[in-house]
Formats: sequence, structure tokens, C-alpha cells
Amino acid sequence: MRLFAELVVKLGTSTKTNDKLDALTRYFGMAADTDKVWVIALFSGRRPKRTVNSTQLREWCIAAAGLPPWLFEESYHTVGDLAETIALLLPESQPQESTTEEAGLSWYLQQLIALGKAEETVKKDFILDCWHQMNKEERFVFNKLITGGFRIGISQKTIVNALAKTAGVDAAIIAHRISGDWDPATTAFAALLGGEGEDLSRPYPFYLAYPLEEDLTSLGDPDEWQGEWKWDGIRGEIIKRKGQFFVWSRGEELMTDRLPEYGNFNDLLPDGTVLDGEIIGLTPAPGHNDQPFLPLPFAALQTRIGRKNVTKKHLSEVPVGFIAYDLLEYEGADWRGKPLSERRACLQQIITAASHPLLVLSPLLSFTRWEQLTTARTQSREKGSEGIMLKRKCSTYQVGRRRGDWWKWKIDPLVIDAVMVYAQKGHGRRSNLYTDYTFAVRQGDQLLTFTKAYSGLTDKELAEVDAFVRRNSIEKFGPVRTVKPELVFEIAFEGIAASARHKSGVALRFPRINRWRKDKRPDEIDTIEDLRKMLQLYGK
Amino acid sequence: MALLEFTDKGIYCPQGDFYIDAWRPVPKVVITHAHSDHARAGSGSYLCHRLTKPLLQLRLGAEGSYETMEWGEPVFINGIRVSLHPAGHIIGSSQVRIEYQGEVWVVSGDYKTEDDGLSGAFEAVKCNVFITESTFGLPIYSWLPQPELFTTIRDWVSRNEAEGKTSVLIAYSLGKAQRLLSCLEPVTEKIFVHGAIWNVHQTLTDAGITLPAVERVLPDMPKDIFRGRVVIAPPSAEASPWMRRFNPYAIGICSGWMQVRGNIRRRNADAGFALSDHADWKGLIDAVTATGAEKVFVTHGFQATMARYLNEKGIWAAEIKTEYGEDEEGGGAAIEEEVAVAEKEAKRGASFDEKVPHSENEPQPGEHAQ
Repeated sequence: MRLFAELVVKLGTSTKTNDKLDALTRYFGMAADTDKVWVIALFSGRRPKRTVNSTQLREWCIAAAGLPPWLFEESYHTVGDLAETIALLLPESQPQESTTEEAGLSWYLQQLIALGKAEETVKKDFILDCWHQMNKEERFVFNKLITGGFRIGISQKTIVNALAKTAGVDAAIIAHRISGDWDPATTAFAALLGGEGEDLSRPYPFYLAYPLEEDLTSLGDPDEWQGEWKWDGIRGEIIKRKGQFFVWSRGEELMTDRLPEYGNFNDLLPDGTVLDGEIIGLTPAPGHNDQPFLPLPFAALQTRIGRKNVTKKHLSEVPVGFIAYDLLEYEGADWRGKPLSERRACLQQIITAASHPLLVLSPLLSFTRWEQLTTARTQSREKGSEGIMLKRKCSTYQVGRRRGDWWKWKIDPLVIDAVMVYAQKGHGRRSNLYTDYTFAVRQGDQLLTFTKAYSGLTDKELAEVDAFVRRNSIEKFGPVRTVKPELVFEIAFEGIAASARHKSGVALRFPRINRWRKDKRPDEIDTIEDLRKMLQLYGK
Repeated sequence: MALLEFTDKGIYCPQGDFYIDAWRPVPKVVITHAHSDHARAGSGSYLCHRLTKPLLQLRLGAEGSYETMEWGEPVFINGIRVSLHPAGHIIGSSQVRIEYQGEVWVVSGDYKTEDDGLSGAFEAVKCNVFITESTFGLPIYSWLPQPELFTTIRDWVSRNEAEGKTSVLIAYSLGKAQRLLSCLEPVTEKIFVHGAIWNVHQTLTDAGITLPAVERVLPDMPKDIFRGRVVIAPPSAEASPWMRRFNPYAIGICSGWMQVRGNIRRRNADAGFALSDHADWKGLIDAVTATGAEKVFVTHGFQATMARYLNEKGIWAAEIKTEYGEDEEGGGAAIEEEVAVAEKEAKRGASFDEKVPHSENEPQPGEHAQ
């Protein structure tokens, strides 16, 4: 466990990708195979099911540290991380040399998994005993294993590269091998990296586009490019192999069970097929040959996607479909090396043959000159899309985010000027800084809150706002401070929808701070009427 | 009439007609210590500890009117008995004890309860009313004993040396920079310091304080003399071009805020050491308890939290808004100031570093060190 704790500390503080890569490579060179498998699993988002909940952890820590519960909460809001708060608050331990040295990461994880059905007292004894034997760093890592969310500042790409270096295998192959549905408790390290065993569900790593920053003409001849709408759903992969059917999201989450609509696709698709596309709420519009569907806004999909049990009502209100735009595997063969034009032609045949109203082909934009595409882009919002995708017709399907052959060309966001009214301390690298804000627009002579936003300011601006909050807070509600309404910000967002859950009656899609309007006074901000107008225009 | 009042200019004693650590210019002020948020320019006369005087002269100008005292030796101002007692925060730092008609108040300024071997050991002073800081007033702040922390820092320095890297330690120029010297002396032949730290060092050695030798970083020094060595620099230097000469280097920040991982990541540091000149949570609570005070006023830091905790423990406490806590460890506001200072120092640094490499008047490295 100490070795793993050291790795996490190192990864958490390294500022250079190369140092992180070295730390991982060193770890993979030293750790036990069973531990390595778990590291790969944890860092690629495969954490074991929670067997001890955070309320229990809180209570046990409060009792062990002899603190009033409110003081624990105050501490938590300053630290911004439960696992770390507990590690800091527990009384000093006297680590006994022998036990912690021997028990490795996988031992702890197996123990935690085994706790699933145990009585609460058994759980408590185990956790307290572990805490007692660990130093601060180990406690933090151990708590992280329990609470999940292992975000420690490395990308999947870095892990893949470190593994590639350790195993002497090409990074793209490693990326493919460690994806899919495997259980770290039963998978051997050699089998995982060696690609042994057949995993029918294993998806291909997604090819992701960078935003287009140059002028369109820099792309050269328009004839070499294919244009499509950029849909606002969840990127997904559909897999049918040996009669079995799987749906993966971009977050490498298996979603098959949440999308009962897709059940029929299994019968309609040929065996050995993998499709790349968008999981999105849509209404079929038969007869419209160029686009036989109407996409629903992302907010609609959100009402569906978290649910494990989908009722008939959900299915009829927000039917979820799949807009297919690429073909990665056909007749059991990997097609990623073939040019896009060839993949697309075959994809078209497959979708046509399947003939299902919720399995549709991503329409192509017809254009011969770049200006036509510029014009088309202005209609993105009406089309329910968030811009345009540009793909080189001869491009192969690559791994991860790459420049050159695929570009996303998003529309400009909607913006509104608002005043900050509440502030709360942030998490992670924003701990103990007021970085999470709530904004309001005017409603008559009142202020009406309508959104939160967490990103968009530079570190220097954050420090400035933090200092303002500390000097101008009016009231304190738990971790939230009400702030003198004085600072005006331009809030940008991608979409707007009606919402009964919000006081303002609207919900925004991906709100963030566009810029600090130091030139504006709080009486010059926009009004709730302005938001309602946007809702009428763009919210469906 | 209360013995002390909290006014918009600072803590005021109406009976004695003087202020303590005023943040606006006033006729007469008693200073707890020389950090800029407690000692501001423009006041008529300053009363402080003997070792604080040279630091005030360095920072506020040599011309002002400074009177000095020793710890435990009272003076009377308009019938008020005023005495200073060690606060353990930095060299010269003192608590101010005032007594009138049997009632005793103590203003602690900034303090730490662990003896750092340099600043004088904190003394618990019995009083009726205690005014305490609360910079690290949350139980998550619990410092390792200095010897243990020093071992961690020395290990880090040695590791960097083995990798051919310069260790750059970021520490406030008055206080922690001096504290680090005794930590580093055993593991390195030469400790390099930034000009700001050099100035404080000279002032202190001139005042008769014995400190390990340091060498000032000068612009014409060949880059390879820093290789594998240790440099101490103030926070303002952290992201400035001044750092380039030390490449390849690793940055280690010495600050109580480094107790929380997010702060290390935010500062983009290679290492963070929770080395503080302020008391940790336990230190604060122990200090308050040891005074036996029946009333406690809590200033700069986590005032609300600490006041609530003390009230629940049966000690009457209230939070007070002051303008302290804007030095290096003063939290959010401090960062803003750091940015401003960094910009200023970057400009100033460029002028004294690049245009005036050797100032004749300034003492050369090593001259005043023992």
C-alpha cells in the first residue's frame, strides 16, 4: 500500500507529464502484478462498488477525532475532498512496520469488496483498524479507494503510455486492450496486457476532434472534406459480436441496460459490427429522407440517462436513438484503417438494411464551397445541433484526440450578463478558495438566481474574486456565503430549456464564465425577460 | 470603558491613547511584529521589541520614531502598564500585555506555540481578555514537529541534488527564510538567497543575531554554480523570470497552506512543506486555554469557526474583523497581494539584478555572517 500511496502523492504533485510517466513506469516495474491490474482499473474509472458509505466514514472519523460534527463539515468545505479531510482529522497513528508493508493495494481492495455483505460493526472495525495502522498518505489513498472518484491528475493517455513502455507494446494496442468489460479482481496482468482471452464487449478507443481554430480555407479543397452536424448527446459505441449486444458511452460506461430501445438493434445488425455515433433523445420523422428524425435537447436525455429502471412513460416521453456516423468493425474485421469514405458507404448500407426509426444515419451537409458551410453553421441551433463536424474523407479512424483529419467547429455560445450573489469554496486544486459561484439576473427591482458556474476565470481572477468574497460576504449558510451583489460576469452557455425545478424557470446547458465585466455595474445586468426570450427562441 | 476597542484604524486603548498594530496612520502605536499587515508606515511613534526595531527601519524607513522594549519589562503609558512577551512567530515578535486597575488584556498578534529556536519560545500570559489570531483555526491544520519536518525537507534537497537539480524553497523573506537556514546548513555547502531575503539577513546579523551564512544570488553568477544547490526565495519570485537561471530546478513551497493537497497543486509546486510560523489548531486552543481568559476575541483567519468552538467549550468568544492576515500565509487575500507584489518585484528585480550587478555600498556575501 505504501508504494501505491507514494505513487499517488507523486502523480498528484508532479507538474510535468514526463515525471508522471516516469513515476508510473517505475511503479509498474516494482509493484505486484495483482496490484498493477487494480491500478489500471482505478485510473481508467473501474472502481469497485462502494461497500462503506461516506456517512459511515464521516461518523467514525468524527468519533475517532472527538470533534463536533459541524467542525468536521467546516473542515470538509475547506479541504474540498472527503478522503483527504478524514486523513487530516484522524489522530496520529503509530504505524506498525510489518503489517502495512505486506498488505498491498489488491489485498485492501479485495477486503473492501468482501465487506459488502458484512454487518456494520464488522465494517467499522476493519476501517478503524486500517486507519490506525496507516500514515497520513496511506489513509488518504485508502479513503479514496472507498469513496471512489480517483481523479489524481493523470490522463488515460499517460497510463497507456506507461504501460506501453513497460510491456513493450504499441500504445494504441494497449489502449484497446485495457478498454472493455473486465474485472480487476479476476483478470491477470499478463492476460490483460497480452490481450489473452476474448472479450466480446471490448470497445475501440474513440477518435476525438480538436476545435477548429484556423480559417476554413486552411483545410484546403472542400471536396476532400465531409461535413456533418455536431449532435448534442453522448458519444457512444454499439457493438454486436457473436449475437451479443453492448452499448458503451465515451466515459467507458456500459449502458446497454439503460437503453431498452436499442434491444431491437441486436436482431437488425449483422454479426461482428461496431458503430460509432451519438446516443441522443430523438423523435422519428419518417418521410423526411434527408433527415428522418428530430433531435431532442440534451436536457431531455439527462432525464433518462441516470435511470437504471426505465418506465414506459420515460420511453414515450424521451425516446433515445442512435445517430450513427462511423463504422469501426464489419464482419468481425477491424475497419479503422480504411478511409472514411469507404466506412461511410458501408455504414449507410447497414443502417438502411436495419431500417429502425431510432437507428439513423448522421446526415451529410452538402457543400462545394466553404461559404456554404459557413451559412449552414448559422442554422445549427435550429437543427438542434451544436455546430459542425469536419472529417477528411480519406481519414483513418485514429485513437484519442488528434489534430489534422477531424475538426469540430462549434457555434458561438449564448451569453447573458449576470451578477454574482453566492459563493462557495471549491474542490481539488481550488480548495479553500471561493471559486463556485451562483449568479442572478434582474427581475423588477429584485435579483433572481438562475445558474451556477465554476469555470472560466484565470487563477489570478479567481484570487481576486476570492478576496472580494472574503471582504464582502453578508451571510453564511453552511458552506455558502451570500455576497454583496457587485461583480458582473458574462455567462456563456450552450443551450437553454424550461425547468420546473429552478426558481428562474430555466435550466442552462454547460454554463461557464465567459469574462468578467468590470466595465458593468450591477444595475446594468440582463433581466429574466432576456432569459425568457432566449428560451422562446432556442429552448424546445 | 473597555480597556481595548476595535476601531476602523486598529485596536485602540482609549485610556492610554495608543493603538496596537494599527492599519491606518495613528499618533502612537505598539507593534507586535514586523510583518507588513501588522506594522504599517505613517504613524507618529512606534513602540516595539528591541529586535523588531531594525526590521521596522528596513521596511518602514530609518527615519521614524522607534522606541524599544525588552520582554517582560513594563512601561507605563498614561497609567496603563504595557509589557511585551514572546509570541514565537518571528524574530522580535511579541504579545502585548496591558494592565489597568487589575484588569489584564493580551493582544497576541501572530504566534506559534512550538519553539523554533530563533524567535523566542511562546509564553502563555495569564489575562482576563485574550485577542487571538486564527490563521489556521481548523483541526485539519496539525503541524509535524519541526525536527521531523526539517528531515523531510533535507531528504527532498538531497534527492534533488542527486538528480542534478537545484532546490528552490519558497519561504516568506522575514521569518521562514531564517528558520530554514538551520534546517539546510547540514546538507548543503552553500545556501543561496534572493535579494529580499538577503536584505533581511543583513539587517538581522547587523542587529547581532547569529545566523548561518548565505550567499546572495547575483545576475552575473555563472548558472552552473547553482546546480544541486539550495536557493531560498520569497513567494513573489515563484513564477518570475528570475527563476530561469536555476534550471533544472524543483520548487518546494514552505507554508502552512501546503497541508492540503489542492494548494500544492494550485501553486504548481513539486513539493509542499507545511512549515508555518502560526500555531496549528491544537496550538491555538492550548494557547487560549493556558491564558485562563474569560473572554476571547478571535481575529484574522477562521474567526467564526474558532469562536464557535470556544463558546461550545464554555469560553466566551467573539469574532472580530481586522485587516490583518494579508501576509504570505493570510489565505485568499494574500494570494492577490502576492500577485501584485510579484509584479512589482519582477520589475524591481530586473532593475537591481540586471542593471546594478554590484552595488558598492552593499555588503558582499559572507561579510557579516559568522
